[in-house]
Amino acid sequence: MEPVMTLQSLLPIAPEILLSVGAMAALMLGVFRSDGGVALCSGLSVALLVAATLLIWLLPGGTYLLFGDSFILDPFARLMKSLVAIGSLVSILLSIDYMRSGRMTRFEYPVLIVLSTTGMFVMVSANDLVTLYLGLELQSLAAYVLASIQRDSARATEAGLKYFVLGSLASGMLLYGASLIYGFTGTVNFHRIAEITAAGDPPLGLVFGLVFLLAGLAFKISAVPFHMWTPDVYEGAPTPVTAFFSAAPKVAAVALLVRVVMTGFPSIVLEWQQIIVFVSLASMILGAFAAIGQRNIKRLMAYSSIANVGYALVGLAAGTEAGVRGVIIYMAIYLVMTLGTFAFILSMRRGDTMVESIEDLSGLWKNNGLAAFILTVLFFSLAGIPPLAGFFAKFYVFLAAIEAGLYPLAVIGVLSSVVAAFYYLRIVKIMVFDEAGAPFEPMGGELRAVLGVSGFLMIFFVVFPAPLIAIAQRAALSLF
Amino acid sequence: MTLATAFFYLFSAVMLASAVMVIASRNPVHSVLFLILAFFNAAGLFLLLGAEFLAMILVVVYVGAVAVLFLFVVMMLDIDFGELRSGAMQYLPIGGLIGVILAVELILVLTSWAFGPEIAPALASPAPEPTVMDNVAALGAILYTRYVLFFQLSGLILLVAMIGAIVLTLRHKEGVRRQDIAAQVARNKSGIEIRKVESGKGI
Repeated sequence: MEPVMTLQSLLPIAPEILLSVGAMAALMLGVFRSDGGVALCSGLSVALLVAATLLIWLLPGGTYLLFGDSFILDPFARLMKSLVAIGSLVSILLSIDYMRSGRMTRFEYPVLIVLSTTGMFVMVSANDLVTLYLGLELQSLAAYVLASIQRDSARATEAGLKYFVLGSLASGMLLYGASLIYGFTGTVNFHRIAEITAAGDPPLGLVFGLVFLLAGLAFKISAVPFHMWTPDVYEGAPTPVTAFFSAAPKVAAVALLVRVVMTGFPSIVLEWQQIIVFVSLASMILGAFAAIGQRNIKRLMAYSSIANVGYALVGLAAGTEAGVRGVIIYMAIYLVMTLGTFAFILSMRRGDTMVESIEDLSGLWKNNGLAAFILTVLFFSLAGIPPLAGFFAKFYVFLAAIEAGLYPLAVIGVLSSVVAAFYYLRIVKIMVFDEAGAPFEPMGGELRAVLGVSGFLMIFFVVFPAPLIAIAQRAALSLF
Repeated sequence: MTLATAFFYLFSAVMLASAVMVIASRNPVHSVLFLILAFFNAAGLFLLLGAEFLAMILVVVYVGAVAVLFLFVVMMLDIDFGELRSGAMQYLPIGGLIGVILAVELILVLTSWAFGPEIAPALASPAPEPTVMDNVAALGAILYTRYVLFFQLSGLILLVAMIGAIVLTLRHKEGVRRQDIAAQVARNKSGIEIRKVESGKGI
């Protein structure tokens, strides 16, 4: 017989419960308010995400297993969930200005972000294949709707449709892989799968299933060769949605990938390492070269995010504790960089039209010196130039790769980051040295705050890196 | 021949016949009705196997929802099925070939199928013998306890799907006459005028 569940024993899953119940409450509020209740729903959603983040840290440290070991709350899950919550929260903040100008006045937007965040929380805490799939579907389904939430725009509809069709294909591959793994081990639980794979030579069917599982997950983090949807979806979706896609879901999916391979298949490192190494190399190289010719800044950010996922996977390819620590640090810093950059992209507005071309940035230095300075810092950081935070992000993953003896991966990674530096520097050149164009509209308060905070964190990470490194260390340790 | 065997042959025969009729009948509405008949007989087969839950779900979900949806689609969309079917015979050889290959594969898989020896003890919740507990009770015993998380998460996914469908398709049109129940209930006799309508004339 199952042990009797008490409310007390549900505390580790309290953030998820709070988010889902809160999202339903916000939905009711939005439906019954005659004015649409956009501001109210946004505020409530932000409050929910803050409360959920606090709830994550409410319980004393340690590892909690729930629902027959299918749900896990450990230091790794706590840290990644906090990052996810921050990403979602800032995405809602970034959308306020956009909504205020009347482009997207739908109260469902923050509600769907909260529901998607619930899915991401479940993904991060997944300890078996069923939870993994359900979390992923909850997150993705909300994301498909968000991509085409501007249903009157043909591009947004196209983006949503593309994302949906390709995402369903990826889910199908993932499910196929999961069913093979279940068939060859007789269990869906990661710990039990690890025990069975450790017991002897892994059967071929299991490895086959693992490949499909990884392919499905690689789609969700938009790693090459499953990246094709990314530029189109990023360009077509409304900009606040693009900001959301490039931040929180990436963190959650990378966390999920790390947990699957680290807790589910630790004894067959060689089998998955070659896949991760290939995906990582291909993502870094394609991200660096394909971004060079881009004229649209949202497309550029799409390729940049592909490359960044490649760098994060370098740490995972190492398959060591230092590698996982590197991945965590990388994703944390990437989250801040990308949200800061999108805060600026959202303010690129002349009159009533949003501009998205890189040429529109010309002469920003003369029109808005401070914003141009922070953006320069963010781009330098994305390029990995010391002493900014982006350098340390890359440093820790490459360090782990070298310690694990993956020299070719580290060398090619550094080389491709040099290529990537070219297009970041080109934008800086356009901003600083080119003829000044017409100035943008003044930035909204939230955008200014997000841009400022992310710039601040990028510059001063070098002074005070210890807390993040220590907490990432503790989180990484919990997976081994 | 026991009663169970007799029923097995009855259900299978009717199911196969109605499956053939789904493709063969000229009227698409008849096709859907034959499909429903096939579903009912499949449910009967499930019952014979002792899988009551699957049998009921098949009737509720497939007959109650899916087939009725098909029926609506068939009746509402103006598709000329005769024209669609006109060229069907030219695909018969290739279709037949694929069918034969599939059948051979299925037979090979089913005759050589065996569970690995390590699988049985690893199963999380093996189905109890039907004499101990019927499978509706067995499913209920784990669905709301051990698997309650999965159950609730699936519910959340359906909620998101519903929100998505509404967000993407619902448009509030101006000038649409909507039913206002409160206004209807609040209405009293003074506002109603009763008229005699002659048949065939209208007001």
